[in-house]
Amino acid sequence: MLAYLLRRLFYALPILIGVNLITFGLFFVVNTPDDMARMQLGVKRVTPEAIEKWKAERGYDKPLFINPAAPGVGLLTETIFFEKSARMFVGDFGRAEDGRDIAREIVTRMGPSLAIALPTFILGLFVTVSLALLLTFFRATYLDFWGVVLCVALMSISGLFYIIGGQFLISKLWKLVPISGYGGGPDAWKFLLLPVAIGVVSGIGSSTRWYRTIFLEEIGRDYVRTARAKGLPETAVLFRHVLKNAMVPILTGVVVVIPLLFMGSLLTESFFGIPGLGSYTIDAIQAQDFAVVRAMVFIGSVLYIAGLMLTDLSYTLVDPRIRFER
Amino acid sequence: MRAFRLTVRCIRTPAGLLAGLLLSAFLAGCGSEWNDPYPAGERGANILYSAFTERPKHLDPAQSYTEDESVFTGQIYEPPLQYHYLKRPYTLVPATAEQVPVPRFLAADGRLLPADTPAGQVAYSEYEIRIRTGIRYQPHPAFAVDEAGQPRYARLDREALRGIERLADFPHSGTRELTADDYIYQIKRLAHPRLHSPIFGMMAERIVGLKALGEQLRAAARDLPADGWLDLDRYPLAGVTRVDRHTYRIRLQGKYPQFLYWLAMPFFAPVPREADRFYSQPGMAEKNLTLDWYPVGTGPYMLTENNPNSRMVLERNPNFHGETYPCEGEPEDAAAGLLADCGKPLPLIDKAVFSREKESIPYWNKFLQGYYDASGISSDSFDQAVRLNVGGDVQLTEEMREKGIRLLTSVRASTFYMGFNLLDPLVGGKGPDGHGVDGEARARKLRQAVSIAIDQEEFISIFMNGRGIAAMSPLPPGIFGYLEGEAGINPVVYEWRDGQARRKSIEAARALLAEAGWPNGRNAQTGEPLVLNLDTTGGGMGDKSRLDWLTRQFARLGIQLVVRSTDFNRFQEKLRKGAVQLYYLGWNADYPDPENFLFLLSGSEGRATRGGENSSNYASADFDALFERLKNMESEGAQGAERLPLIRKAIGILQHDAPWVFGFHPKSYTLGHAWLHNRKPNDVGNNILKYQRIDVAERERRRDAWNRPVLWPLLAIAALCIAVVLPAALAYRRRERAVAR
Repeated sequence: MLAYLLRRLFYALPILIGVNLITFGLFFVVNTPDDMARMQLGVKRVTPEAIEKWKAERGYDKPLFINPAAPGVGLLTETIFFEKSARMFVGDFGRAEDGRDIAREIVTRMGPSLAIALPTFILGLFVTVSLALLLTFFRATYLDFWGVVLCVALMSISGLFYIIGGQFLISKLWKLVPISGYGGGPDAWKFLLLPVAIGVVSGIGSSTRWYRTIFLEEIGRDYVRTARAKGLPETAVLFRHVLKNAMVPILTGVVVVIPLLFMGSLLTESFFGIPGLGSYTIDAIQAQDFAVVRAMVFIGSVLYIAGLMLTDLSYTLVDPRIRFER
Repeated sequence: MRAFRLTVRCIRTPAGLLAGLLLSAFLAGCGSEWNDPYPAGERGANILYSAFTERPKHLDPAQSYTEDESVFTGQIYEPPLQYHYLKRPYTLVPATAEQVPVPRFLAADGRLLPADTPAGQVAYSEYEIRIRTGIRYQPHPAFAVDEAGQPRYARLDREALRGIERLADFPHSGTRELTADDYIYQIKRLAHPRLHSPIFGMMAERIVGLKALGEQLRAAARDLPADGWLDLDRYPLAGVTRVDRHTYRIRLQGKYPQFLYWLAMPFFAPVPREADRFYSQPGMAEKNLTLDWYPVGTGPYMLTENNPNSRMVLERNPNFHGETYPCEGEPEDAAAGLLADCGKPLPLIDKAVFSREKESIPYWNKFLQGYYDASGISSDSFDQAVRLNVGGDVQLTEEMREKGIRLLTSVRASTFYMGFNLLDPLVGGKGPDGHGVDGEARARKLRQAVSIAIDQEEFISIFMNGRGIAAMSPLPPGIFGYLEGEAGINPVVYEWRDGQARRKSIEAARALLAEAGWPNGRNAQTGEPLVLNLDTTGGGMGDKSRLDWLTRQFARLGIQLVVRSTDFNRFQEKLRKGAVQLYYLGWNADYPDPENFLFLLSGSEGRATRGGENSSNYASADFDALFERLKNMESEGAQGAERLPLIRKAIGILQHDAPWVFGFHPKSYTLGHAWLHNRKPNDVGNNILKYQRIDVAERERRRDAWNRPVLWPLLAIAALCIAVVLPAALAYRRRERAVAR
């Protein structure tokens, strides 16, 4: 298994370099260092000299990929790409364009992002799997029919509607929780309740339908018939046998997103005023802060690769037939 | 007992359990206001609650230049001067200075010149500023000293900073008296090559020796490590000298009366050398411990929490020097209750909590719930907040009035305009296709025709909910030189009828267009249609309808408007290269002086030619000559009387030449709750927090009344859960007990 993991890590390197190159290329095509300087320095009383000084100060006056004027390895290292992107491979994300340390910001903001994403994920998974099992249990009855209708209705509604509707109904009309905000300590739960509830409800429709399909496929198999023939109650059939055997497709979709929970949610964080990584990314895009966007894309790629590896590992846990040895 | 049994039975079901848990959690953790976003410990405290949308980029006074930032910097830093809170027109009064300095004028040989010497003969102006004694800085670790009187935190390294994450983590702090050296130090910081002060380029032309200092510092910084400290005391600045411990002198090139306004901005606030040194120690920047993040000042408030992602907190500076609420103002201020706190010591509020609200909907709803003390009005909530009556007056809606909300309106010291690029042959009349002098006259008539055709009043009504007034010139109301009534109208675009300014008819515009050689929007000789290109950064949903409206305005003259939408940076680049024909821009005043608006059309500010702020690249010898005379004059006294006709003449030239379609001056609408007192619209002064007062008891009472939780939905949801789960449970039970048939 170790050899497999090492091999996967080795494959990940060119992927990360590729992602880095594409991000770098795309950003510099639409956003030159001059543009960045102007965004940061504002529009009032900005002189060309100030722009040149800003670029020189941050190393944006160097060539993009190759520096013919630099001696030795400086040919490659004294370039914008190396200084701004290659360093991320050793965990050095540098500073945002406003001078603030990116790694520190990421660490600070990870907590609020996780505070929303983790309960939403766990609760959402529990609710949707339970509902899907319930619909499977009542398959071909009116409960199943109306359950599916409800799921289709829920998945047809935009995520933004859930947020605005939830804020209007629960916070504004019923005054049960704050509309937005974030607080640490014992007060944290009252800010998390609504975004978590909205996150769970908005995911019910699509996930429940997906899991129901998986369970329905499993429920027709021979081992289920055997289990029933043994006289097992239906709950035991569903929870002990069907759920276990349906784990591989479930894990395929679920485990891969676990590492990405760190990245936060762009929309939810923005509307609820959660100071997480989602709103950090949005702010950076709006401010054209290349340093932050680049760091977030890189971290996203790393986490996605980690998620894929975790998914592979999780298969071995739920299905003994899957092994990494040749 | 029966109820208890019911509860026990109820929580056997998952839905019941969930509802029970929710209910108990609520009851355990909340008081009467469940939706209160603030800690329970803050209830009843003298705290102002506000919000910010954009996170401030800079809090360093050498860098900070935007309104979002001045909300904070204005309360922390104290420049020598400030604006009187209540008097209008805006009047400068001392802040830390003993008095508003009166400049001395000098000849090139150092000879003292009389005060009324014409600007052309003045080689230098000298401002001597005397700071009041006994003013002390806020508590800060940079000032902490040990038993031997030596700075405690002057030799820190990364190891010593372990465990220190915020400024409050330093166990010791101290203070010291404000001196003239601190002001001198900050003026030198404007030239610091790593700070990129936005006003350095402009001030380098004014303050004697600042340009040379900038070059010196640049050379010195080249060999300095990234986190190295540049000791500015080692570099003298010829034009700024220390007279004594509390007095300093600034020497400027020539005459520049507007310099006094700059002395009321944080750019000229004091920065103690210790703080600069403290923050430049190794490891500080990595922890965001910088002057840009944690400012140090002598003002009424100090920043105690800086999390611009979530909230920023200003607390009363315990070392703040005595200042009292003003006792004079405009005649109507007494009736408005703005003089009720006359003579009371400032600040009147202990703490201000600013929460980040990126979206307008939560911001507005929290304001309505009483959790923000004041709010602007976004377009989403405009109809809910105010309505315009038949006469065009603005009134609060019934709902707002019932809540006791007050509306404050004011015309902002800003102007928005559509500019013509006069380097363009078609609208500027110059160049190979411009047909010489005749071409210039024809192009001017074209610009005048467009100025008449674009109905600004309609634009303001449709797209701004009436929140603005049509501009007659670059000068907004409240700025010296602005005239009301018939004398103030733009005679090219308006005529005075029935006691008010009426836009000229579209026929008048068509006639001008025909004189320009484009009858009905077609070339008189070739019959080609007249096509004009507008460069804009728009592209959003609201912009589409605006641009459609604008296209229709041009179509009334038969002109085809081509809208070239682009991003902000490309737009700026096009302006810089003079590659636009028409464009939209705006300007917010730095200070309340006509020079700050008229310079936007000065030939010396041509953007394409000199990289200045004149994006129209307008150059008129007559206007420039007038501007050169009026820009160095004062608006008060005899000079004011002499200056006014010059301003009117200069404006007349602009109205005739029409390099801009004068757009509008926006009106700001602010709502405040009944418990918030002493609010007066102020467009240039930014240290206004100290004057405001809150009736905390009233706020508590109203919040309590407005935010009683509605509990029946919780029960309804629980009942719904039971209604869904119960039949399912029964069906399950029936199925499990059923026998095979």
